Amino acid sequence: MEDTIIKTENIVFKKTELLTDNELSYCPGCGHGTAHRIIMEVIDEMGIQADTIGVAPVGCSVLAYDFMNIDMQQAAHGRAPAVATGIKRVLPEKFVFTYQGDGDLAAIGTAETIHVCNRGEHFTMIFINNGIYGMTGGQMAPTTLPGMKSSTSPYGRDVEMMGHPLKMTELIANLPGTCFVTRQAVHTPSAVRKAKKAVRKAFELQKEKKGISFVEIVSNCNSGWKMTPVQSNKWMEDNMFPYYPMGDIKLPE
Amino acid sequence: MSELRLMKGNEAIAEAAIRAGADAYFGYPITPQSEVLEYLMAEKPNERTGMVVLQAESEVAAINMIYGAAGCGKKVITSSSSPGISLMQEGISYIASSELPCVLVNVVRGGPGLGTIQPSQADYFQSTKGGGHGDYHLIVLAPNSVQEMSDFVKNAFDYAFKYRTPVMIQTDGAIGQMMEKVELFNQEKRSKEIPSWATVGKPKERERNIITSLDLQAEVMEKRNHKLQAKYKKIEENVTLFEEVACDDAEYLMVAYGTSSRICQKTIQLALKKGIKVGLLRPITLWPFPKKQIAKLAEQVKGILSVEMSTGQMIEDVKLAVEGKIKVEHFGRMGGMIPSPDEILTALENQIIGG
Repeated sequence: MEDTIIKTENIVFKKTELLTDNELSYCPGCGHGTAHRIIMEVIDEMGIQADTIGVAPVGCSVLAYDFMNIDMQQAAHGRAPAVATGIKRVLPEKFVFTYQGDGDLAAIGTAETIHVCNRGEHFTMIFINNGIYGMTGGQMAPTTLPGMKSSTSPYGRDVEMMGHPLKMTELIANLPGTCFVTRQAVHTPSAVRKAKKAVRKAFELQKEKKGISFVEIVSNCNSGWKMTPVQSNKWMEDNMFPYYPMGDIKLPE
Repeated sequence: MSELRLMKGNEAIAEAAIRAGADAYFGYPITPQSEVLEYLMAEKPNERTGMVVLQAESEVAAINMIYGAAGCGKKVITSSSSPGISLMQEGISYIASSELPCVLVNVVRGGPGLGTIQPSQADYFQSTKGGGHGDYHLIVLAPNSVQEMSDFVKNAFDYAFKYRTPVMIQTDGAIGQMMEKVELFNQEKRSKEIPSWATVGKPKERERNIITSLDLQAEVMEKRNHKLQAKYKKIEENVTLFEEVACDDAEYLMVAYGTSSRICQKTIQLALKKGIKVGLLRPITLWPFPKKQIAKLAEQVKGILSVEMSTGQMIEDVKLAVEGKIKVEHFGRMGGMIPSPDEILTALENQIIGG
C-alpha cells in the first residue's frame, strides 16, 4: 500500500527542496513562510540555485537566509535594492532578488527603491506588504490603512497628522526602469498559485534584462493586527485589498 | 614600463583603481573629490578592463552597493568627502562586521556640518576610532603626495583582501586637488579568483554562503567580536607604517600626517636655520597608530608638537604613546585653513621650546 502512495504521479505536495530544515521564526498564520516557499520553488523549478543570490532586509524576514537554501546577503534597513545593485552589476548573468517588507521598501528605503526602479536594474523585488511593522512590535508602517490601529497610531492612523498610506507599487510602475509590476496575495490556494506564477515570470524576465520585475504580496500580520490567522485573512480581504487591489499593474511590452 | 604623468590627487586615485584591477566603483559626487567619479566616467574603464562604474543616488546607496559587490568577492572602491563619509558610516560598520574587503577614500574637507570645501584633517577621530557603531577598526592610510594617492590604492586593496577588512585612504582636499608628478604602476589584470566565502550562487555540493552582521544570540555576537579583535591585533603587529624625517639627532619632534606632514618638512628647514633640531614622525597608517615608535622617540626628544588641521584629535594618540613622559602640545588650523611652515615653527618655539 505504502509503495503506491509514493509514486511520483501521486505526490501532491512535498517539502520544498530549497528550504532549509531550520524552524521558521514567523508567527503561525503569517504569510512570510508561504512567500518564502514559492520563491524557493521557482528557483528550484528553474534550476538556478547555483546562479541565484538573494538579499534579506531588516524586519521580520531579516533571517530569510536561515530558511532559503541559497547564497544570501543581509542588507541594512532599506538598503536591499542598493546591495542588490552592487551584486547584479558585478555579476550581471546571475539571478538576484530582494525580499523586503513595507517599512524597509516603502519608508526608510524609499530612495533606493525609486532609484533602482528608475535606473532599470535587472533584478527582482519581492515586496511583502502587511501594513504594519511586525518585528518591532506593531508600529505604524507607510502602508498602514487610514484609521488602522498600531502601537504608534493607537487611535487609528489619522491621515491629516500622519499622512497617507503609500501605494509604492503603483508609483514605481510609472517609472521607465520597471518591466513587470504586479500585486498578489498568498492567503488562499488559488492566490498562492497566481503569486507563484508572478514570481516565476519576474525571475524569467531577468534573462531579458528589461529592468526591475516587482511582485508585491499583500499579506497579513495576525500578531500585529491582534487577530487570529483566519480573522486576519478575512480582514485583509475586506480592508487591504480595496486599497491595494490585486492584479498586474504593468506588463512587459 | 611605468608611466609618468602630471595629475591631480583625485585623478591619481581613479587611475590607480583601474590599474589595480578594481572590479567596481560606486560613488556620489561631493567637493573636493568629484574628480574621482568624473575621471572614471571619462576613462570608460568598462572598455579598458571591464570595471563597473556607477553614480549612486546617495552616499548611503553607494556604500551599500559596495557591500553587495564586496560580498561577491569583488575588488570594490568608493570615495567621498567628510559629510558623505558620515552618511556611509552605518554601511561601513556592516562591512567591517561582515568582514568584507573594500577600499574607501575620504578626501577630508573642513567641518563640522556642511562646513567648507577646503582641506581639513578633522575626520581623524571618525576614521581611526570607528566612525560607525560598534567595536571595529578600519586600516587607515594617510598619503601625503599625489604619488602616494596612486600607490596606496594598490596597497589598500592588498590589505583589504589579506585581512578581509575595509581599508580607508584618508587624505584631504589639498592632496586631492593639487597636481604633482606621478609614476603610475602598470595595469594589473582583474582577478578571476572567487573567494570561498563569496555569494556568487550556491552549487549543490557546498554550504550556502551568507553575508551578514547579525547574531541574535549575545554569546555568538561576542564570539564574532573576539574574532574581529584578534584580527585587529594581528593588523597592529603587521601593518603599522610611518616615516621619519631628520629624527636621528632631533631634540624636538613634530608628529604630522598628510598635508600637515608636507608643511612640517619645510618647518624642519626653517628651524635648522635658527639652530633648532626638530624631526618629524609621520604616521602613514593612522590606524594602527605608530605608538611604539613615538614612545621610542619620546626617550630622545624634549617635547613633541602634534600638528594637524583640526582642533587636536591625533594628539590624543600621541599622548597615549608618550604616557606623560615629555610635553606634548597641539598646533593646528581649523575649518579649511592650512597652517604655514612659519606658523608651525612659531608654535614649536612658543609651546614646546619656550613653553
